Amino acid sequence: MTAMTLAGTGADPRRRLKVLASQEALLAIAVIGLAIAVGLYNPRFLAARNLADVLLGNAYIAVAAVGMSMVIVSGNIDISVGALIGVLATFSGTLAVNGAPIVVAWLAALVAGVVVMALQGVIIAYLRIPAIVVTLGMLSILKGGLISVTGGKWITDLPDSFHLADIELFGLLPFPVFLMILVTILAALWMRYSASGRAIYAVGGNAEAARLCGISQPRTIVMVFALHGLFAGAAALLYATQLRVIQSTVPPNLELTIITASVVGGVSILGGVGTVVGSTLAAVLIAEIASALVFIDVSPYWIRAVQGVLILVTVIADILRRRRMAGA
Amino acid sequence: MTTGPHSETPTAPLLSVRAIEKSFPGVRALSGVSFEAARGEVHALLGENGAGKSTLIKIISGVFPPDRGEVLVDGSPVDLARPDDARRAGIATIYQELLLFPELTVAENIFMGHAPRARLGRIDWRAMREKTNALLASLEIHDLQADRIVGSLSVGNRQRVEILRALSQDARILIMDEPTAALTEYDVTRLFDIVRKLKARGVAVIYISHRLDEIFAIADRVTVLRDGAHVATRRVADTDAAGLVQLMVGRRIESLFPKVTVPIGKPVLEVKGLERRPLTRSVSLTVRAGEIVGLAGLVGSGRSELAQTIFGVTPADGGEIRIDGQQADIRSPAQARSLGVAYVPEDRGTQGLVRPMTVRENFSLAALGKVAFGGFIDRGAERKLAGDGVKRFAVKTSSLEQIAGKLSGGNQQKIVLGKWLANGPKLLILDEPTRGIDVGAKAEIHRLMGELAAQGLAILMISSELPEVLGMSDRVLVMREGRIVAEFPREEATPESVGAAMMGSHESAEKAA
Repeated sequence: MTAMTLAGTGADPRRRLKVLASQEALLAIAVIGLAIAVGLYNPRFLAARNLADVLLGNAYIAVAAVGMSMVIVSGNIDISVGALIGVLATFSGTLAVNGAPIVVAWLAALVAGVVVMALQGVIIAYLRIPAIVVTLGMLSILKGGLISVTGGKWITDLPDSFHLADIELFGLLPFPVFLMILVTILAALWMRYSASGRAIYAVGGNAEAARLCGISQPRTIVMVFALHGLFAGAAALLYATQLRVIQSTVPPNLELTIITASVVGGVSILGGVGTVVGSTLAAVLIAEIASALVFIDVSPYWIRAVQGVLILVTVIADILRRRRMAGA
Repeated sequence: MTTGPHSETPTAPLLSVRAIEKSFPGVRALSGVSFEAARGEVHALLGENGAGKSTLIKIISGVFPPDRGEVLVDGSPVDLARPDDARRAGIATIYQELLLFPELTVAENIFMGHAPRARLGRIDWRAMREKTNALLASLEIHDLQADRIVGSLSVGNRQRVEILRALSQDARILIMDEPTAALTEYDVTRLFDIVRKLKARGVAVIYISHRLDEIFAIADRVTVLRDGAHVATRRVADTDAAGLVQLMVGRRIESLFPKVTVPIGKPVLEVKGLERRPLTRSVSLTVRAGEIVGLAGLVGSGRSELAQTIFGVTPADGGEIRIDGQQADIRSPAQARSLGVAYVPEDRGTQGLVRPMTVRENFSLAALGKVAFGGFIDRGAERKLAGDGVKRFAVKTSSLEQIAGKLSGGNQQKIVLGKWLANGPKLLILDEPTRGIDVGAKAEIHRLMGELAAQGLAILMISSELPEVLGMSDRVLVMREGRIVAEFPREEATPESVGAAMMGSHESAEKAA
């Protein structure tokens, strides 16, 4: 009864307070608050150069987390995305080095991303195999395949025009940051206002109810994975073009960092809840924390532990919220 | 108490349940229920769905404590805070959905948690097999071996394993919740053999069943519950089926359901020889505009399966469905929806409501086509649709943006109902529209059904509550084992006639006629 009364206080006068208490607002406050706090300790943290580097180096994680958030909202998970980003980066770079038109090299990464993810979506949705199993298989295939094919060699001598990440819009806004913001806004609008976006929440929130409402669960899941593949392709391009070389590996546990961004961003691991605005803010926050550790003289190796704490706190809060809801 | 002044025995009854009360938020599940069971007695608990049987047995088996009242074993009160307490008091419960480990053997299942131990705490496999064989022999079960994998057994045999498991823990009070619901006729006879053997050993069996013929075959006494209250305890020998049905449903139908008579129009749904085995067998029925047709039957008689076949969830294998006279080959819910069919499922938790979504989003979910243009949702139109629904159905919510899962059961049910009506259907199939909601919300949903019928909607209502079926319907169809076995116009639908057709008891049908 207490839980119900408390929950019922969302009445109009307190609505504004509730918006402030949303996951997105909390994250935005954390991003700004952390910058100020660390800046007070070490003003060099706030140097434009450093902040830009934090965003530039991690925009691809935020872009991939947008797709990941859709996947998790639909009630699924994908642990192959880190490996896929590595494969797509190498794929695109190889094409560019071998003389393919740059635009073709870029598009190839996007198309290949969509194909690989859509295929996984089909297996998950139509053969009804749990996403974690399918994407675990794909993770091994991609990771093993990449090392075997490239022999661990790096790709160098990339044409200058290949480097998407070097573009600065209006001579000011770096392309990765621009893409991160654009993708987040478009995806957020689409998830919030389109009928297919709504279908993702319905399928993840209650697949059976969605089905009875005439929403096809398999089709929704394939669509979500295809989009996730598109964003993974875009993330791969940002990753591939931020350095002069493409290594045949990605940062260890990249997929877990991406999932962390989604979950900390307020996407419920049980499906049906969350926004991409949250996941992008969380990706920025995680990158900011990693950078801040250096500026406050803490070993950057602590970032994994910090991520872990963030995940546990968010998931526990989410589960408690759901329990209270179920008890009402 | 019921058997007269000379029934006083020198010793206390084996199980005695006294003045049990239990409330859940918004619902009073039990209000002062008492009954007793003696050694070697089979005591049946009878009542409609929602009468409080499940709550009562959960209290006796320690799943949750009562608010008031006590349970006595051998005359002394026992504290049943946890299932383990019940087990120690010698109470074992066999639930409908059997709780076994399918990958393990019969012996392992029987002794799970209390396996005989050898030195160093190792499991003594030999002793376990021997004890299992002794148990099997004691009940004269010869077609079950100790090392068979439980997953490979028939339902009847699995149930026997559960019974053996209870006996292995020296249960003296055995509660069986609808033990025959999933059994074949042959297994039922074998189950009764075992129950009689248990009786002979002095075990008290609390037997819950909807099937009156079983109660007459096996029980000594029967306690009838209604709306969480104790109605009567009778000796089975002193009563008959008609009498029990009477006690179960009571005489409160006319007063609770003020039926509005509306003109009945053309047939909206015509079903002929519909097949989807095993639970839909050559079903034919018609529902007309403005008509409420009640579909009565026991749990498992195939009513929900029929509804889902009509709605395209499990498309038919044969037969014909006509909507407004047009032949319709319905293969999916989306198609049924576009033909003007709406289905409000039985289990609003798993099938109806998307709990983490807002009230607004839930309302528009089945009618997204109506508020979306070019694939994008018009927020204004959506808010209006949801706002109208909230008003029309008197949903008590702080705002349209309230998370639907936080509302009370009755309000959730109104949303599920309203969501479907947002689409402007011609035919509404309601599966247990008022299960598990409080009396006030019930009345409101009944009033709405009347209004909808008055607007010319054809309504097919599945309900396990006989008073609801009788009170709301213009016509009552009765299903049993996947077939429609009887049809009654409103005037002829009495608790006795419909109840008898549901149970398939010819004897009581004659008596009622």
